Amino acid sequence: MWRARTLDDDQTMTADTAVRRSSAPPPKGKRPLFRRRSAIPGFGLTMGVTLTVLSLIVLIPLSAVVLKAAHQSPADFWAVATSQRSMAAYRLTFGAAFVAAVINGVFGVLTAWALVRYDFPGKTVVNALVDLPFALPTAVAGIALATLYAPTGWVGQFLTPLGIKAAYNPVGVTIALIFIGLPFVVRTIEPVLRDAAEDVEEAAASLGANRVDTILRIVLPALAPAWLTGFAMAFARGVGEYGSVIFIAGNMPYKSEIAPLLIIIQLEQFEYARAATIAVVMLAVSFTMLLVINAIQAWARRFD
Amino acid sequence: MAAVQNSMKGRRRAVDDPLWAKVLIVGVVMAFLALVLILPLAAVFVEALRKGLGPALEAVNNPDALAAVKLTLITAAISVPFNAVFGLCAAWAIAKYEFPGKALLITLIDLPFSVSPVVAGLIYVLIFGLQGWFGEYLVDNDIKVIFAVPGIVLATVFVTFPFVARELIPLMQEQGTSEEEAAVSMGASGLYTFWRVTAPNVRWGLMYGVLLCNARAMGEFGAVSVVSGHIRGLTNTMPLHVEILYNEYDFVGAFAVAALLCLLAVVTLVLKTALEVGQPGMRGRGGH
Repeated sequence: MWRARTLDDDQTMTADTAVRRSSAPPPKGKRPLFRRRSAIPGFGLTMGVTLTVLSLIVLIPLSAVVLKAAHQSPADFWAVATSQRSMAAYRLTFGAAFVAAVINGVFGVLTAWALVRYDFPGKTVVNALVDLPFALPTAVAGIALATLYAPTGWVGQFLTPLGIKAAYNPVGVTIALIFIGLPFVVRTIEPVLRDAAEDVEEAAASLGANRVDTILRIVLPALAPAWLTGFAMAFARGVGEYGSVIFIAGNMPYKSEIAPLLIIIQLEQFEYARAATIAVVMLAVSFTMLLVINAIQAWARRFD
Repeated sequence: MAAVQNSMKGRRRAVDDPLWAKVLIVGVVMAFLALVLILPLAAVFVEALRKGLGPALEAVNNPDALAAVKLTLITAAISVPFNAVFGLCAAWAIAKYEFPGKALLITLIDLPFSVSPVVAGLIYVLIFGLQGWFGEYLVDNDIKVIFAVPGIVLATVFVTFPFVARELIPLMQEQGTSEEEAAVSMGASGLYTFWRVTAPNVRWGLMYGVLLCNARAMGEFGAVSVVSGHIRGLTNTMPLHVEILYNEYDFVGAFAVAALLCLLAVVTLVLKTALEVGQPGMRGRGGH
C-alpha cells in the first residue's frame, strides 16, 4: 500500500512540494514505516526494474530446480540425494573446501597483515596479485594447476618421490580450492585490520603486555568476525567450484568426483530429476552458508 | 616537538614488530603467493610457448579459436551492460530510499555468488531445455536457447549478476541523498539529477564493478559449459575452447588460448590497481 502511494505521489508531485513534504515531521504517535519520505524521484521505476529483473533472472529460475526435484517422491529424492556415490562426492567437496579454507585462513591472515602493516618492495604488485583468482578464468587456473602438479610437472616431480600424489587425487582438489579461495580471506580481513586502532595495541604494550600477548589477546580476537566471514566465503565458493577443479581432480567416481561434476554427469544422461536433486542439496548448503555469513556479520556489528 | 618526533623515529614503536618477524612474515607470504598464484600464471605462458611463438600464434589464429573469441566478446558485450544498468537501478532504489525488507533484497541480489556455477547452468536447462517449462514452445517456434548463444548469455548474466550492484550499493549509501535532494529542490528532473549529480559521484565505483563483472563474464566456465553444448565454432566461448583443446591433448593450443585469457586477467588487475591508487576509497572493497 505504502509503496504504491509513494510511487504515484512521486510522479505527480512537483519538486517543491516533495521537499516540503519530506522535511515535515512524521506523524506523532506511531513509528513510521518509512523513516521519511524521499524527495528524490525514481523509486517506482528503479525498484520495479530491480524486482522484475531479479525475479526473471534469479528467483524464478532457481525455483525451477526446486520444483523439478520436488516432482519425484520423497523416497526417490532421498535415494538419489544420499546414494553412496553422492555421499562420496559431498565428502570430497565439503572436506576439500574445508581444508582449503583452513589453509587460506592461516596464510590469508599473514598476507593481510603484511599488506596492511609492513612496507616491502613489490607491495603494490603483491596486492594486485592477491586478486588474480578473481580475474583469471577458472578453466585457465585448472589446466595450469593440473600441469604443475602432474607427476612430471614442475611441482609434482618433487612430490612424487615423497609419496604424495597431488594431481588426479583429492589433494589436487584441495590445491585448486586454495587458489580459488585465497582472496576471500585476505580481502575480508584487510579493511578490518586497516581500521583497527593501533592505539589499543600501544595501550596494551604500555601496560606491560609483550608483543605476542598483544597479538593473541588484542589483535586476533578483534579480527575473529572478519576471519570467520572470509573463511565461510572461501568455503562456500569452494563447495560450488567447478572449472578449476575438474582438470586436476581425476574425476574417479567414489574417489575424486566432486558434487558439481555429479550434476553434469546426471545431466548428460538426461536424468534431469537426479541432477536437480543434487543441485537442491547444494543449494541448501549454499543458503545455510549465506545465513551463517550474515549472522557472523550481524554479530560483528555489535562490537562496532 | 620536532625533536621529540625525531627521537621517536629512531626507536621502535610498540606496535612495530621486530625486523626478524617482518622478514619472516613477508618471506612466508611471498613464498606462499609465488607457489599458489605466480607459478600457475607462469606455467600458462611457458606451456604456450613450449614449441616457440609460431605454433602458439597459429593456435590463436585458427577459425575455431577466433570464433570462440568472438562469442566471448559478444557474451560480455551483452551481459556486462545489462548488469551495469541493473546495478545502477538496484543501487538507486536501495541507497536513496528507506523501505522495509532492504536487507533481504540485498541478500537476494547477492544470491548468485553463493550458487554453484553448475547449478546456474542447470536452472536454465530446466526452463528452456527440451524437457523444460518452455521446451515444447521453443521447439515449435524453432527458437534455440539452450546449446545456443541466448543460453550462454543468460547463464553469464546470472553468474555476474551482483558485481555492479554490490559495488555501487555501499558507495551510494555512503554518499547519502543530500546532493540529489538539493538538485531536485532547485527544480532538476530525476534524470538530470542522475546524470549531473549522482553519475559523477559513482563513476569510479561503476567502472570498478564493470571491470570485475567483465573479467568474470569473459572467463565463466561452469555455468556456460552446462548450457553451451560445446559446438565448435558456434557455441564455444574461449574458456570452453581451452577445455576442448586440453582434452584433445593439444596442450600448446590450449595454453595459447589460455594465455590470451591470462592477458585479460593481467589487464584487469592493472586497471583495478590503477583505480584503487587513483581512488583511495576503493581499496579493500570489491571481492569476488
